[in-house]
Amino acid sequence: MQVPAHVEYERATSVAHALSLLNRPETRVVAGGHSLIPMMKLRLAQPELLVDINGLAELAFIVLDGGQLRIGALARHADLLDSAVAGECFAIFHDAERVVADPIVRLWGTVGGSLCQADPSEDLSAAFAATRATAVIRGPDGERTVPVREFHLGPYETVIGRGELLAEVRVPVRPGTGSAYQKVARRVGDWSVAAAGAVLTLDGRKILQAGIGLTAVGAEHFVAAEAEDYLRGRAADEDSFQAAGKIAAGHCQPVADQRGPEDFKRHLVAELTTRALRRAAARVSS
Amino acid sequence: MTIRVAMTVNGTEYARDVEPRLLLIHFIRDELGLTGSHWGCDTSNCGSCVVWLDAKPVKSCTLLAAMADGHAVRTVEGLEQDGRLDPVQQGFVECHGLQCGFCTPGMLMTARWLLDRNPDPDEAEIREAISGQICRCTGYENIVRSIRWAAEHAGQTP
Repeated sequence: MQVPAHVEYERATSVAHALSLLNRPETRVVAGGHSLIPMMKLRLAQPELLVDINGLAELAFIVLDGGQLRIGALARHADLLDSAVAGECFAIFHDAERVVADPIVRLWGTVGGSLCQADPSEDLSAAFAATRATAVIRGPDGERTVPVREFHLGPYETVIGRGELLAEVRVPVRPGTGSAYQKVARRVGDWSVAAAGAVLTLDGRKILQAGIGLTAVGAEHFVAAEAEDYLRGRAADEDSFQAAGKIAAGHCQPVADQRGPEDFKRHLVAELTTRALRRAAARVSS
Repeated sequence: MTIRVAMTVNGTEYARDVEPRLLLIHFIRDELGLTGSHWGCDTSNCGSCVVWLDAKPVKSCTLLAAMADGHAVRTVEGLEQDGRLDPVQQGFVECHGLQCGFCTPGMLMTARWLLDRNPDPDEAEIREAISGQICRCTGYENIVRSIRWAAEHAGQTP
């Protein structure tokens, strides 16, 4: 029987209330709880106080606003998957959400929780990194913004400090952009063996901007920066995409585990990056 | 330290003083004595513990009872209406949808949720809906058939 250790529980009634509660040490935010509560059962997390933010409806939104897709931290995975505006702007989010856990878990797990959990195998971190999104963090001194590419400090570690709360993620929407996410898992609902997300902004056949996010393969900040640099200014064609896939595979740092050996994971990175780029480019024209 | 937790379960109000760390599945089974919901893997993988919280299914081994305070819970005991089985229950009877029966309460709650949103799901949609749940007898074929039976016999159970 797995039972969390003793913990205190408070329900936040507003963002300001949540921030005041989060000022205590050894305090964790709970929203969906589908990562935190299993970790508490295993004593991998042992907070003294849980602050339940499920009642903060002001953080549960997905809207297109002034050239940005704004996703509240409390938006559920199912909300993002069901959001027509999110899918129109960034198909990568629908691709990724379809393979996050299972339909029941997606009803409760949140976008903000996924980012803050900072699990190296979690899918949305790479998707947001690929889109060059910005995290909006609220704290006692007001609001600050951090690029998602600088948000994660390492496994299970983010820039969120004591007394702070991730409020939303903002994704810049650019014309001429397509995106996609490709994942290989051992079975339905499992973590990635490897996955790749791609965002391409094109001018005709020329690549103006490329974003590539990698999941579960030790890519720094979930990004394949060298492959992005290679693509910028090149033609959006099969040769470019295959070369970018190889570069991404060469620069990531996968480790062998029960999901597969290192060379297999590098092979997946090359192939999935190429496929994601191919699909992203096709979605620009469509 | 305990806190007061109150919720509606299958239309009945309950309130108990419990530790904040108590999981919803244990609140339902041990505090309320509603043992229809099963406590299985404890890791949110198997789905035997699925109940509804405010009309959405949730794996109740991965939610604190405190988080359900003030909300409405529906368990497998709440499927039957006025002595009549829900069509998903009848479907499991008609199509041999259970062998050992351990996963059944969770499967039934997810099936009801699916059919409320999509009254005529195809096989792929049914398999997707129950993809977060494990039948340790591997009896998925009959579970899918049972849910299809329920779709085809909505409102027709004896």
